[in-house]
Amino acid sequence: MENLPRIVAVLLDGVPETVIAAAGGILLTILLAFSAGLALLSEHRLLRAISRTYVEFFRGTSEVVQLFWIYFVLPVLVGIQLLPLFAGVVVLGLNHGAYGAEIVRGAVSSVPKAQVEGAKALSFSPRDIRWRVVMPQAVLEMLPSFNNLFIQLLKSTAILSFIVVSEVTERGVQVLVPNFGDDIVLIFVLMLLIYLVLAVLITAVMRWLERIGARRLGRRPSASARTAAVAAAH
Amino acid sequence: MQPSEPMIVFEGVEKRFGDHVVLSDLDMTVAPGEHVTLIGPSGSGKTTILRLLMCLEKVDAGTIRVGGRYLTHMEKNGGLVPADERYSREVRKRIGMVFQQFNLFPNMTVRRNLTEAPTRVLGLSKDEANARAEELLDLVGLGDKIDAHPTQLSGGQQQRVAIARALAMRPDVLLLDEVTSALDPELVAGVLSLLQDIGKSTDITILCVTHEMGFAQDFSHRVMMFDGGRIIEDAPPEELFGAPRHERTRTFLQAVSG
Amino acid sequence: MGWDWNYAIAILPEMLGALRVTIEITLLGSLVALVLGLVIAVVRRARIPVVDQLLWAFVEFVRSTPLLVQVFFLFFVLPRFGIVLGAFAVGVIALGVHYATYTSEVYRAGIDAVPRGQWEAAAALSLPQSRVWTGVILPQAVPRVLPALGNYVISMFKEVPLLLGIGVVEVVNKAKELSSETFRPIEPYTIAGLLFLALSLPASILVRRLERRRAAV
Repeated sequence: MENLPRIVAVLLDGVPETVIAAAGGILLTILLAFSAGLALLSEHRLLRAISRTYVEFFRGTSEVVQLFWIYFVLPVLVGIQLLPLFAGVVVLGLNHGAYGAEIVRGAVSSVPKAQVEGAKALSFSPRDIRWRVVMPQAVLEMLPSFNNLFIQLLKSTAILSFIVVSEVTERGVQVLVPNFGDDIVLIFVLMLLIYLVLAVLITAVMRWLERIGARRLGRRPSASARTAAVAAAH
Repeated sequence: MQPSEPMIVFEGVEKRFGDHVVLSDLDMTVAPGEHVTLIGPSGSGKTTILRLLMCLEKVDAGTIRVGGRYLTHMEKNGGLVPADERYSREVRKRIGMVFQQFNLFPNMTVRRNLTEAPTRVLGLSKDEANARAEELLDLVGLGDKIDAHPTQLSGGQQQRVAIARALAMRPDVLLLDEVTSALDPELVAGVLSLLQDIGKSTDITILCVTHEMGFAQDFSHRVMMFDGGRIIEDAPPEELFGAPRHERTRTFLQAVSG
Repeated sequence: MGWDWNYAIAILPEMLGALRVTIEITLLGSLVALVLGLVIAVVRRARIPVVDQLLWAFVEFVRSTPLLVQVFFLFFVLPRFGIVLGAFAVGVIALGVHYATYTSEVYRAGIDAVPRGQWEAAAALSLPQSRVWTGVILPQAVPRVLPALGNYVISMFKEVPLLLGIGVVEVVNKAKELSSETFRPIEPYTIAGLLFLALSLPASILVRRLERRRAAV
């Protein structure tokens, strides 16, 4: 136990990298999920095909393979060596963006057709129908699923230890385990707690957004939307 | 528009869903300010007529004109070609519709439900649209609900808001699609008497699909009986309800009156 | 440096051998996840005080923290308690337990979806509790969650490469070995990716078809 302060210090040292990887990954995920998700609903066949290929490709291969491919193969092929943390953010974003695209597609197509007809009957332009009527309702539906997806992404940041990003897992396993072998249980409990705290933070932010959204719709977040999201996130 | 020009003209309109013919070779005209009620068994094509007028469905053959302008087609180089989205929207601005399930936007307050289209589509200023919304909500008896969300209202209140929302566009034509069918029985009378008031106090042309025969009798200038995608009887209400000429009309009226 | 077919073909047998290991771990891990998840779901249904809260906390904790850290945890900590297992076995247990927390939620949703009347009818027939579960509830609950369970098996398959951290020679670890021996990363890693795609794509199409059939019933 006398090593506790040292252990905590080393682990906290890894937190910024974990947070940057998760935050960067989440931003890229949102960007890709909306672009690819809306492209999946597009009337243009080519756009749909490109997006479908992206989604199936990244959902069909392992995230670790994607990471190693971008980090080890890409430099050999095109001569660009990405910084480890940057390569990590790109892979986290590409991978989870593919799952997010299905969330966006599902939520947009779950908005009742009657809503579109109601808007057409008021002569709204297709653009206004999408952005003023359909999307505000769809986004609220997406929030619980995105919460799950972002937690998956946070958990995935641990694989960046494979390409020696000094994030929490790398600090714990590469630095602490070899040096503080007697405190091994403590090391792992603290590591897991750090991830738990970050996961709780993500959930708190998403719940807050859900509450804001629900208030704008004049209702409480529906329990059914949440349970549906658990099943949809995977 | 010529003074003598009818408000709505259907000429040889056909509509199919797959192999099923919903409307076949339909001709029909409605005069400006006229109130026409469409009755008939479900699946007889009544609602399809409203949906065609609102461009929610496309015709398979024939033409529709509203206020002298083609709705389904546009004139180009002297000939008629199918209308594009932009053209249809322009003609459609003159038509309002109230749905069975209200179709209010849950992501907007009552106020925004009423002002969004007038500002975005008609280009009204915010103040103008707000004034119009307040006036209409008073008319439908919901002046105090302007900042409520649709989900906080009862079905009857939601339908009143939906009626106000359609009127906020100052339409020449109003389509009412079974507007009381989704309401609890005790709320029906209030909505119907509101429609009676609107019918009396405006000169809007109204096309109405309903199962409320008493309302149809009081409200309409003309009633059309539909069966199998055709108009089989077209008469003033006192004639059609009082002395139906067609056997099919008689059996239908007996069935709905129980 | 471009793609070298001769090299790709030369390493293919070794890569397929590693794929075999990956599949074995997936199948054994799935077995653990499917059985343990069901046990958790049924026990939680009984709502035994304390036990229920502990299980809830365990499920939430495991679901909210990285599988990779859990893998390392078991690998380093179990020997301290005298439990010496190989990396393969640790991998199976870690994947199995992690995914059991997911499958337990899936089973729970399936059990909740069985109409109340079924419980009441079973009670009215005085069926013993074990018979109510095995004869009435689970035969209705499990088929409807099969697609969701299938999706988790596919997810698990794609997470097996995490075990390279503890030295299991699965597909990606084999690719890593080969590329450091020959300094040619292109072929091994690309083949690794294609192997995952070749299995998980048809598998998810199968699950989607199952889903549609369920939805149609």
